Parts: sequence; C-alpha cells; structure tokens
Amino acid sequence: MKCRVCREPAVIDIRRHNANFCVDHFLRLCRDQVAKAIDRHDMLAPDDRVLVAVSGGKDSLALWDILVVLGYEVNGLYLGLGIGEYSASSESYARRFADERGLNLEVVDLPSDYGFDVPDGARSARRVPCSACGLSKRHLFDDAARRGGYDALATGHNLDDEAAVLLGNVLRWQDEYLGRQRPVLPAGDGFPRKVKPLVRLGEREMAAYCVLRGIDYVVEECPMAAGNKHLGYKEALNAIEEQSPGAKEAFYSGFLSRAVDRFASTGDEDREAIGTCGRCGAPAGGEVCAFCRLLERAGGTHPDREGGAQTDRDGDRPVTVELDPTRRAESERPVATGAPILEEST
Amino acid sequence: MQVELRNPSRMVEFDGPMAVSALLARLSLNRESVLVIRDGTLVPGDAMLAADDRIEIRSVISGGAQLARR
Repeated sequence: MKCRVCREPAVIDIRRHNANFCVDHFLRLCRDQVAKAIDRHDMLAPDDRVLVAVSGGKDSLALWDILVVLGYEVNGLYLGLGIGEYSASSESYARRFADERGLNLEVVDLPSDYGFDVPDGARSARRVPCSACGLSKRHLFDDAARRGGYDALATGHNLDDEAAVLLGNVLRWQDEYLGRQRPVLPAGDGFPRKVKPLVRLGEREMAAYCVLRGIDYVVEECPMAAGNKHLGYKEALNAIEEQSPGAKEAFYSGFLSRAVDRFASTGDEDREAIGTCGRCGAPAGGEVCAFCRLLERAGGTHPDREGGAQTDRDGDRPVTVELDPTRRAESERPVATGAPILEEST
Repeated sequence: MQVELRNPSRMVEFDGPMAVSALLARLSLNRESVLVIRDGTLVPGDAMLAADDRIEIRSVISGGAQLARR
C-alpha cells in the first residue's frame, strides 16, 4: 500500500477518498481539511480568539492541536462531569496535553463548582445521563465563552458525529434540530458563535491523527453512554459505509448543500423566542433556563465568581489568560498549508 | 500473536502470521470502526501480522452527550 502523494509506504487507507497516505501526508490532509472547513463555512477569522471544548478524547485534543498548528489563538476548557474514574482519567489527559504544549486549559468542575454531578443530576431531573450531560455542557461552555470574551466556541464534532445526529433527526423529522444542524451557528441572543471545524474528517481519521501525532487521549468510552441511540446510529452508518464507502460524507454534505435551508425558518423562529434566564442571565426559553432548573432539582448552586477569574483545580492560578495580541508574528498567523492533497471532490 | 481489545480492555491470542484484514474478519470487526496499532503506529489493512506481534485494536467510535443543540 503506497501513499497517494509520495508513493512511500502508507499507514492508513481512507476508502471514501479511495486513497492511502503515509504519516506526513495524512497529517497534512487532516490539517488541510480543517482549514478548508473553516474557509468554506466562514468559521473563523485569522485573529479570532477561540475556546475549544475539551473532553480529553481524541476529537477535542486533535482539534486543539490542529487549530494551534494552523496558527489560531486557542485556549481550552475542560468540564468535569463527576462520572467517577472516567472523569478523573479524562481530566488527566486534557491537563497533560495542555501542560506538555504550554497551552492554557481552564477547568470547571460540576461537583466542586456547582455541587452536583451528572449521575445525580440525571436522577434528580429524571433525565437520561447523556441529556443532563449535554445540557450542562452546552450551558457551561457557552457561559465560559461569554465570560472569556472569546470570538468563537469550537467543538470536536466530526463527520461521523454529524452524520449520526442527522440520521437521528431525520428518522424522527425533528424540524427544529434539522434547521440548526450547521457547521457554524452565528453569535446572537446571548450565544457565542459555535463552530465545528472537524466536519470534513471522520472519527477513524481523528483517532489516527492522535496516534500518529503522539497525542494520548482517553480511549475508554463514557460508562454513561453505553447503549445510547447516538452510538447505535453510528454503528448503523458504519455498516452502510463498509458496503458503500463515502455514504456518510454524501449523506451529511448533501444535507448541507441541498436540504438544511429548507428547515432554516424553523430554527430562526425558535431563536427569536429566546429570552434571558432570571437567575444566571443565560439565554432561556422561559423565566429560568434549563440548566438552572437542573441545578435546582439536583440541589446544586451557582459558584460565587465575585472578585476574580476562574482558577485552576489546584487553587489560585488564573487560567483564562488574555493573550497579548502582539504575541504572534505576522508570519505565524493562520496561513494556507500548501497545495491541497485531495482534489475538490470532497 | 497477542491482541489487545478495548472497551472493555482484554487480551486475545491468535496464531500467526495473519493479514490485518483477516484478523478483523475473525473478530467480526468493521474496519470503519477500529484502528490496528503495532509499536505505537498504525498498521494498514493489507499488512501481515507476525506470530510474535503484540497488537492493539482500538475502537474509534465515541459519543454520548451532544453539544450540537442550543
């Protein structure tokens, strides 16, 4: 098996591209695909300050790595969910990644900062754990992006994630969610801009990127996620992909180019209805936002942030750092990464 | 060869040599869902695995809570 670009021995085959790649050209392919997604969907401007939602898993750490390589000013935020050993292990991978590269990682911990964890919150609110987890993540990552004055919040959703969400939304014709399933959600109504720069890369490619870049990540799956619908949709799509390489990419990219706008009015109407939570000031559909209701039912409280910035888990080191905009030389600003490895077919 | 499988982590032994594609077929694994790793790097699908190789087969599927909704 030879690299499509240099004819040296390949380490990975990507069947939907009908191509094999050596280490160097595979890493370049991944960076090119992220740069292309950012450019095609107007995700980021060169001088944007970006907050990456970091889980300690392959996607978020690879995303952080690629955005830094592309020259963006990026800090990370890890959210501790209180899921036993899994959360402890995930946090250690996120911290190690940041420490080894001299990057800034902010840590928010649900149990110690808000007085509840995801398992207890789910039980109290009678939600499934993934629902309580997703609600907490959306609220707290948005909140951190607002507090930190970031231009955008970047998440590690990859092509497989988006195709699986799309399948779930289509199976039940969730108009409201379909109208919002875009790689970029603009800022507005108190929400930060949200971007998904990995939408042109599959899950297998992200894991391969981490292995080949020497990025250690938490391989174990969250114990709360076992058996959830999202994983079932991914398995179904992979069974299709094995027989028909490129099916996932065609499904998702076809939705973006030919269908998402048909649902746009639903999403827009929903956003216009958004007000402000009377307790925390976050966007809310009613007087109190969903996270504050979850917090109340779980017996938690908002942390007292008066008098300063969030600190790291060890106590007193401010970790959301306003980087000096003059820190990067012009030559270090985001640039194109050379001739594309793949033709325009993808 | 010794094969480490993840989620949950466990070891399985196979006689070698064997092609990567044959090993995945023996384990009924979808190649879209896993990576085969030897000595810290990836092993392509057409490679042969030796009898004394130590292999990790790592699932790449992850996902629970979704951040996509607002």
